[in-house]
Amino acid sequence: MRFRPILTNNSQSLPMFSKRILPFIILLAIISVVLFYVLRGQDVVFHAHKTAGLDIETWQTDNGARVYYVSAPQLPMVDIRVVFNAGSARDGNKPGLAHLTNTLLADGAGDWDTNQIVSRFDSVGAQFSTTAKRDMAVVSLRSLTDKDWFNTALTTMAAILQKPMFQQSELARERQRTLVALRNQQESPDALAQLAFYKALYRGQPYATPSLGTKDSVSALNRQDVMDFYKKYYVADNAIIVIVGDVDKAGARHIARELLGPLPKGDAAPALPRVKALDKADTIKIQHPSTQTTIWVGQPGETRTDPDYFPLYVGNHILGGSGFSSRILQEIRVKRGLAYSAYSYFFPMASQGPFVMGLQTKNGQAKEALGLLMKTLKDFMAKGPTREELEDAKKNITGGFPLRLDSNRKITEYVAMLGFYQLPLDYLKTFNKKIEKVTRAQIVDAFRRRIHPDKMLTVMVGDFDSHAAPAK
Amino acid sequence: MRNLWWLLFILPFGAYAASPVHEYQLKNGLKLLVVEDHRAPVVVSQIWYKVGSSYEHNGITGISHVLEHMMFKGTKKYGPGQFSKIIADNGGRENAFTSYDYTAYFQMLEKSRLAVSMEMEADRMHNLTLPPAEFKKELAVVKEERHMRTDDNPRALTQEQFDAVAYNNNPYKNPIIGWSNDLDNMTVDDVRAWYQRWYVPNNATLVIVGDVDPRAVYKLAQKYYGPIPAGKVIPDKPRRETPQLGPRRVVVRTPARVPYLIMGYKVPVLRNDSKEWEAYALDVLSGVLSAGRSARLPRILVRQKQIAVSADAGYDMYSLHNSLFEIDATPAPGHNVAELEQALQQQIKTLRDDKVSEAELDRVKAQVIASKVYQKDSMFYQGMVLGILESVGLSWKTADEYVDKIKAITPEQVQAVARKYLVDDHLTVAQLEPQSMDKQPRRKPHALPPYSHQ
Repeated sequence: MRFRPILTNNSQSLPMFSKRILPFIILLAIISVVLFYVLRGQDVVFHAHKTAGLDIETWQTDNGARVYYVSAPQLPMVDIRVVFNAGSARDGNKPGLAHLTNTLLADGAGDWDTNQIVSRFDSVGAQFSTTAKRDMAVVSLRSLTDKDWFNTALTTMAAILQKPMFQQSELARERQRTLVALRNQQESPDALAQLAFYKALYRGQPYATPSLGTKDSVSALNRQDVMDFYKKYYVADNAIIVIVGDVDKAGARHIARELLGPLPKGDAAPALPRVKALDKADTIKIQHPSTQTTIWVGQPGETRTDPDYFPLYVGNHILGGSGFSSRILQEIRVKRGLAYSAYSYFFPMASQGPFVMGLQTKNGQAKEALGLLMKTLKDFMAKGPTREELEDAKKNITGGFPLRLDSNRKITEYVAMLGFYQLPLDYLKTFNKKIEKVTRAQIVDAFRRRIHPDKMLTVMVGDFDSHAAPAK
Repeated sequence: MRNLWWLLFILPFGAYAASPVHEYQLKNGLKLLVVEDHRAPVVVSQIWYKVGSSYEHNGITGISHVLEHMMFKGTKKYGPGQFSKIIADNGGRENAFTSYDYTAYFQMLEKSRLAVSMEMEADRMHNLTLPPAEFKKELAVVKEERHMRTDDNPRALTQEQFDAVAYNNNPYKNPIIGWSNDLDNMTVDDVRAWYQRWYVPNNATLVIVGDVDPRAVYKLAQKYYGPIPAGKVIPDKPRRETPQLGPRRVVVRTPARVPYLIMGYKVPVLRNDSKEWEAYALDVLSGVLSAGRSARLPRILVRQKQIAVSADAGYDMYSLHNSLFEIDATPAPGHNVAELEQALQQQIKTLRDDKVSEAELDRVKAQVIASKVYQKDSMFYQGMVLGILESVGLSWKTADEYVDKIKAITPEQVQAVARKYLVDDHLTVAQLEPQSMDKQPRRKPHALPPYSHQ
């Protein structure tokens, strides 16, 4: 069944909506930050946890892959996610290579060509997908646990992970599709802003690479590049696997062995270099024939295992991370009607992911809105949150705790994050406690040490030409 | 391809049976549907009003959506923004959405907090204050939303123009967010009248999914919604579309980089389908074209002929008015939109001329069966299915029938609906013709070369 409208906070959990329905709308009162991550196609890392009970079992396969298993017997289905440390941060001087390799995995593997592979999945109702972002290269499967159906899906996924063919014909086609996707990005003010932002923020460093690559780099990628990348990074020591669903532990062991057992041990990818801080403020303006100016402001932020994680998380919740209750949305939207969405977020990654503030507003209002955004940040840093704001934020974060892991999909997402970034498995159990402990002084201290409003990168995409002249 | 029919039968019934729905009706006409899901200690609450952009008339398009925004701007008891603050203080998440045929508001909470949201949701059903100063600001927000979603998005603009041309008098011709002209001229009094007309208990469905006891939920609903008086809902007049008498075309010229094509055929939807199976057959047909990467459009057009980089078909059989069977596609480098359209037309012709294979049909059905299980992973989605069905005048029970009805569809029926509905006289085609994104003077239309990426 398909319904026309869509676009909710969890559009991911609406499996039968076809892609074409997506633009068809549901108009929400407000877009959440999480949805923004999804729309931007970044690594979506939910801050998700469950009070006492999420029982994660973990072990290693013989060849070194780490396994994370959560039993969820209520529904006859299983989610499997294999994550390699093989995102575009590993592209080196071949931007787009991680993406292309990841995309081509399923296009012919083992004894099956592309058509046979996709037919095998579709004939048993399995949902298979691959995606490569900056840190992670992900291979995902959702399947019913009916024995025959599941077995078809599992053997197909095993071939994809172990014996991809990377045929020349498939590579040529996917290269063309990527080139069109790159052109398509040029139509979107937000995509343009994001590309320019990452490029300037991480100049010359691994995160600067656009995940899809560039026109020139993608045109130059060849089969040998892809095979070399696969051999180096799609190895057991560089992989984790998450299994959540209606399988017992023996079943999970079997799945992990079937999928990853035959992979060579290989080497884990080396740690990424520390991101360099910006040494001065910079503004990039990109002319675009749009009615609005899209603004991204920010700087390098934090890592997934950052010691300041909790004060920064709670602080940002108050600053711009919690929709209507956040200061940025209050100032920009609620008080002045300047924009539909306005937000801030930390995007923690393996190395320092960005801190971003953003909005989009009519071209003529861009200056005013940007000024307000910066003023809101500076005010917040000067005085910190009020006692009431802090209390409210804690109530929201801890009180909504059970929502963060109320589906297999969220659990899979969350455990993959924990496993990939090697966070302690008791992270969940201690999460609420750590939130409760955060003080106003810690937030002010962390923001003052880490956030530098005078050295921020500002990217503006909009129609500056038309607004240079006074309106008639 | 081996035949999978036998597998469909050995799958345990419970694997795709719907969760039981507890149905109640309050004296004031409010319908309550409760689904128990005890997998996590949370609850999702959704209230669905039978009003959306398809109820609007010329001059006030977008008003249902503006009203949705204003529902967060306070009642006598809870001032502007208080609703959101209290939900947040309770660890909740909330939002609302407007579509063609309905407007819905939802909260997701730890299960013990349901009363908090229900009290406030009932309150704003009949006590909204609609302050003019708040309206003025929120209208500006909605205009920015329109800029973001549509005006600065070439494909969304193409879709909007497509809808406007495809329909004569069917209200789906208007965008949910409204035409700029109508937003510019909207007043708070317009919104108040709209609120008073449609926001009454007998025009709403309350859907609760989660770790709850249905009887206890019913009692809560009686307590908070019970005292609200029923309203007088004057049903909208029929909006049946005048017959289309030939193919229609629209070209959208706007700054863009990539050409784009939308095709749509007029088709019935389930509630207006005298035969009923036709809607299910159309649903299967859209699956044959684009459910999964083994479906025809990705297999033939994207991978084999490489004439498209993407191609999708979509059909929504659960809508209030008859709608369109739509296909949208992006040409591959070296091919223009005309070639792409021809290739798509060829696929449509094949569907009319030849029966689909059992193997293809089985693949579509397997995906339907599996999806029915997967959707139970999301409480929100489970509620959404019920809310949509009730809002478009179908019973929630329709959801229970879905898998069996789809399983019963035959290759002959798929061919029959292709022959009857996918015909040229009922077709509308829109194409996005990218114009330079730089500040160069626009070329004269007749001087444009055929597009290509090269």
